[in-house]
Amino acid sequence: MMAMRKTMLEQEPSEMETLLPWHAAGTLNARDARRVEEALARDPELARQYAVIREEYAATIDLNESLGAPSSRAMQKLFAAIDAEPARQPPSSLSLSGRIANFFAGLSPRALAWTASAGALALLLQAGLIGALLVKTQPAPFQTASLSTDEPTTRALGPQAPPRALVRFAPDARVADITALLDSYQASIVDTRGGLFRLQFGNKAMPKDEIAGLMSRLQGEKIVSLAVAAP
Amino acid sequence: MQVLYGRHHVRVFRFGLRLVRDEQIAEDLISEVFLDVWRQAGKFEGRSAVSTWLLAITRFKALSALRRRKDVELDDEAANAIEDASDDPEVAVQKKDTSQALRKCLTALSPDHREIVDLVYYHEKSVEEVAEIVGIPENTVKTRLFYARKKLAELLKAAGVERGWP
Repeated sequence: MMAMRKTMLEQEPSEMETLLPWHAAGTLNARDARRVEEALARDPELARQYAVIREEYAATIDLNESLGAPSSRAMQKLFAAIDAEPARQPPSSLSLSGRIANFFAGLSPRALAWTASAGALALLLQAGLIGALLVKTQPAPFQTASLSTDEPTTRALGPQAPPRALVRFAPDARVADITALLDSYQASIVDTRGGLFRLQFGNKAMPKDEIAGLMSRLQGEKIVSLAVAAP
Repeated sequence: MQVLYGRHHVRVFRFGLRLVRDEQIAEDLISEVFLDVWRQAGKFEGRSAVSTWLLAITRFKALSALRRRKDVELDDEAANAIEDASDDPEVAVQKKDTSQALRKCLTALSPDHREIVDLVYYHEKSVEEVAEIVGIPENTVKTRLFYARKKLAELLKAAGVERGWP
């Protein structure tokens, strides 16, 4: 019985032993990392095991990196499937307005209140953005003797950034169409949130009038429902 | 979707490939995984990293694919038997290449052990994230990796490689 218990105890890993792999990968929290460091400093047996783990860590990365990457077939298959999505799925029994109504019905009163506040804030921000654009693009009706609107009142500290825009695509826009549009405008998606995409155009700064032209061209695209210049 | 795909598809592919061991199936897997993401984007709660969510879906899809393949068994013995037939760690040792033997033995681990080693070392997932992906308690994650490492040491020992642990 004693011998069996001893064997079981010998097989049971200590907490520090179990944490060593995550220490090697650098994914422990600060507290555990410090505890492991202290244990390694005072326990040569643990330090020897840690050296073995470092080898395993390196070999696992080597092995995975040697697996290569998937062919373009996988991407083509995916985007073809995405394009086929509306056609493959039978029309939902609920209309868009029905879905929206269901979504709001499913929210608790508190969540609904927060959602409404967030919506109001988004509207305010959008109004501010559009207002700022209008002020920038319209000539001033009068000019004071002390202020020239032709000259910037501040000086940029660094190089000018390429133009960016917040864009919302039409609900029926296909992935292939969006990809073609990005290509034709030399644009890339910087980030996306709540159906709005932040696009960057090229890699050079543009004068204001060119940006305005770009926005108006973009707004004229069939698959674009909203396009406004953004920082 | 293009940004998400561009950022994660290689790691998703490699994780899937290590589980299903078939490039064709692994490529099909990534299409299925990202299509699921496209369909279920609204369900992502943002409590975990996107990569953790992707790996959890990949794992689920890989296990389903394995179940569909009648010639592949999920139990450890069968997986090891397949490896025993094709792998030859002794050859690597004869070449005095310990790291090559280590890599061979890593592929000879059981599916459960392989996935946990990959998730921790290659995908750099924390204890909590591995628990979420694999669907097991955090303590089980720690002990499973410990026993995966012990199994690895046994395989290396059988191949004539002594590393001073255990």
